[in-house]
Order: sequence, then C-alpha cells, then structure tokens
Amino acid sequence: MIEIEGITKRYDETTVVDDVSMVIEPRTIAVIVGTSGSGKTTLLRMINRLVEPTAGIIKLDGKDNRSLPGYELRRSIGYAIQGHGLFPHRTVAQNIATVPVLLGWDKARIKARVDELMTLYQLDPEAYGPRYPHELSGGQQQRVGVARALAAEPNVLLMDEPFGALDPIIRNKAQEDLLAIQKRFGTTIILVTHDMEEAVHMGDKIAVMDAGKLVQYAKPAEILAKPASAFVETLVGASEKPFRLLSLGRVSDAVEKGTAEGEAIPGDASQRDALAELLWSGRPALPVKGEDGKPLGRVTVDGLVKRAARPA
Amino acid sequence: MKAWLPSLLRLLLVVLLVAFVTNPGWFQPLLKPLTENGAPAIYNQGSLLTLTFLHLRTVLIATVAATIVAVALAILVTRPAGAEFLPLSRSLVNIGQTFPPVAVLALAVPAVGFGEKPTLIALFLYGLLPIFENALTGLTTLPANVMEAARGAGMTGWQRLTKVELPLSAPIILGGIRLSVVISLATATIGSTVAAKTLGEVIIAGLLSNNLAFVLQGGLIVAALAVLIYDGLSAIERYTARRMGQETA
Repeated sequence: MIEIEGITKRYDETTVVDDVSMVIEPRTIAVIVGTSGSGKTTLLRMINRLVEPTAGIIKLDGKDNRSLPGYELRRSIGYAIQGHGLFPHRTVAQNIATVPVLLGWDKARIKARVDELMTLYQLDPEAYGPRYPHELSGGQQQRVGVARALAAEPNVLLMDEPFGALDPIIRNKAQEDLLAIQKRFGTTIILVTHDMEEAVHMGDKIAVMDAGKLVQYAKPAEILAKPASAFVETLVGASEKPFRLLSLGRVSDAVEKGTAEGEAIPGDASQRDALAELLWSGRPALPVKGEDGKPLGRVTVDGLVKRAARPA
Repeated sequence: MKAWLPSLLRLLLVVLLVAFVTNPGWFQPLLKPLTENGAPAIYNQGSLLTLTFLHLRTVLIATVAATIVAVALAILVTRPAGAEFLPLSRSLVNIGQTFPPVAVLALAVPAVGFGEKPTLIALFLYGLLPIFENALTGLTTLPANVMEAARGAGMTGWQRLTKVELPLSAPIILGGIRLSVVISLATATIGSTVAAKTLGEVIIAGLLSNNLAFVLQGGLIVAALAVLIYDGLSAIERYTARRMGQETA
C-alpha cells in the first residue's frame, strides 16, 4: 500500500505538485494522467525520492520512505522510464541484472532470475542475453527495460510513460504483457501517462492531475461517468466516452440468451470490440464462446448500446 | 582504396622505423648526400634506440600524469559539490595550454634544474587541456535517460561514476589523450634544449653542426612515432566506442 499524504513540491516560486493526497491499494494499478507540466512525473519521482518533496509524507506499507537512504529505497522499487534508458555498454543480461547485482545476490540466483524474466518476455536468454541494447528492436528494448525494473522482485513498480516511444501495435502488446505480469507477481504499479485510452485500459484507478493538483482519483468507470471538472471531461474526450466505457467491460458480462449466426467472439474480448464487429458486419447479434470454445449465448447491438449509455 | 592498403602501409612504417633505430648504419648511403665536408650521416653521439625509448618514456610519464589530473579535475567539477570550480579549473587548464612550452622550460630550469624534469613539467601542463576538455564533454553529454535509469535503479554516486559515466565517456576521454600524446611527442623534442634525453638531441645536434641528415632523421623518427601512436590510439578508441554501444563514424 502506498499512502501519499499532503505532498507538495515547489521550485522557488513555482508549485509543481500542490498538496496531493491519495492511497494506492496493494496489487493494483494506479494510473496518473495529465497534460505536460501537470506535475504527474514529479509526483511519481517523489515516491522513490528521485525528487525530494517540499512538504508531505509518502508511506510505503506504512513506512515513511525517508527511513532509508535514497539509493537503498530505490533498489527496492522498480523504475521503468520512457525510452527505456538501458545501459548501452552492458549486455541485455547485465542490464536486467543491475539491481540484483547492487543488492549482492549470488550469481546463480541472478542468472535464474534473469532467465525467468527473459523467458517471460519472450526473449530467448541464450540468444538475447549476450546482445547489446542497440542490437534489439524498439519493442524488445522496452521489454528489457521493464524486465530490469522487475528484476529484484519489487513490490512496487513505478513507470513513467513506459510505452510512449512504441508504435501502436507494439504498445498494445506491451500493455497486455504488463497486465499479465502484474497479475502473476501481484506488483503494485503506478503508471504515468498522458494517454487517457491507456489509463482506462490499464488502471484499476485513475488519478487526473492538472496544474499540480489532483483533480479526481477514482475508478475508470466513475471518471468516465462523472468527470469531476471540465478539465477531466476534456481529457476523457466527450465523443469517446461511450466507447471507453464499453472498453472497460468484457463481452461475457453482456451475454444474453439466444443464438446468432456467424463467427463467434470470445467472451474475454472487450464489449467495445464486440460492438465494432457488429457495426462493421452490419449484423444485429453475434454468438459468444467461452474459453473452452463452448457457446455462451449472444451479444446484441441493442444490448451493447444500452451499456454504453451514461450510468445512472 | 583497398581495405588492406592502410594496414600494409602501417606495417611498412613499423618495419622501417624499427630497422632505422636498431641499425641506422643500413641507411647511411641514403642520408650521405645530405651531409657536407664528410660529416657523419648517422647520429653518432648516442644510440638512436636509447633516445627513442627515453623520448617515449618522457611522453608516457607526462601523459599519464596529465590524464590522472585532468580526468580527476573533470570528475570533480561535474559533481554537484564541485560545480562552482568549473570556471576556475577551465581557466587554469587554459593557462597551461597558452603558456608556450619553451617559456615553461625557461622558468622551470632555475627551480628544478636541467634534465628531464623541466620537460616533464612543460609536457604535463601542455597536455592537460585536450584531456580535460574532452573528459568534460564526455561527462556532461551522457544520455539523460540512461543517467535517470542509473539513479532510479539505486546506484550511489560512486557507482554511477564508475559503472556508467566513466565507461560511457571513455571513448571521448581517449580522444583527448590521443591529441595530448601527439602534441607531447612533438613538443618533447624541445626538452633537449635543457639537456633532457629525447630525440630532440639529434635535431639540435644537426642544427648546431649544420648537418641536415641529423635534423631529418630526428624529425622522421618523431613523425613516424606520432603517426603510429595516433593510429593505434584511434583504433583503441573505435573499439571502445563499439563496446560502449555507440555509433562509429
């Protein structure tokens, strides 16, 4: 659990982060959204004390984050940044091993962990371990960057626009990978982005920041349904709202009784994808299949349209 | 140009240089036409081989000292605590470069006497600037996100310096050392005006006795050394840059 209490950061006369308080539950993903200069990155960097706050306290699992020297604190917290920041003079394996080496793990344990993470990220340890970062593609570099952040099994992972430099297709894949890994390790993730789409997709909760202030901190559905201010409304994008709302739900939650013709859609697809498929193919209903391939029922245009309406 | 041609030329130069300093007698017929009144064509007041070694030793000692001081100074002024010394150290190092080595020799002799010492002082001061400036460039132009990642991973200031900053700026620092070495190789010859044992002795002897052959052989040995060392250090620099994952020009 991360408790941020009355955190303020001032540079001379400028207040970059203004009295922000929020609690991030363990094993969840909190996404901080905001425009450039909203203070979201500064807030993130105060959690691992790359920036020292002017006022306020940040507690990690009840312990003040100033109770350790900064560098020791940072070894216990994963940190992934935009453009990965891999060490160009170290191999992929050495990059991933950075924090475990700093912590003085023994060689066998480091190797086992590096191999585990590389396999998890679909990078063959034999083939890619000895390579240098510049020999990898952008997507692979990004994966190594996240693997490095996760190497010392941190409970908390801070990510600053980690997918910012990726093209849309690789970004999607990276987001899915991160969600899967978050589920597997139960890591608490705080992710900074300016992309509302990404926030709605990734976040258990979304924190919207504007001019240093925390404007709204709520579940994605609530942010979409009841934006706290005109700024949040703009950020959500008025015309996108119904589709973002649909993208939060799974098809299996919208299943109705009955059958329909044509190719079945998997139950764990998003309702937004189902609606898109219905509209595109001009059909009124689609069959839904479960993970085992058995039919679950159908989704209809009417049913999905009702779900896309503003929640009461 | 064929790829092997430069290597072949280099090899040829090495062979010629080694042959000349070990068996200068072989080249007597070539240099004889440059002498007058039956003067000797080959330097005969000392072994060319010994002078070459002493010359290289002087340059090596001066460069090692200049590297240690210049890099240490560059590290100091790029730390937050030392940042205010940057302008001061810049002007100090610049003075070292603008002060003519001959003047340094003239001033150093009364203080430390004749011989190798004043030469070492002159070469040391003259060699500081390129190394310092390059080290400064290397340490201040490191990629920001790599430095951010190093801090974020929990490296201490010392670990960042030794594990990230110095390795990444090594190619640029080596470039400064290379410049400094080549300047020192040439400048070391004037050390012989204050009785340092360098190849300058051969050139000065030639000038005093109006013997063009002496001047030429002293100059050629120094030039060949400079070319070979420059080439060798460039190769090391390129190798390091590749190891550091940087593009090579």
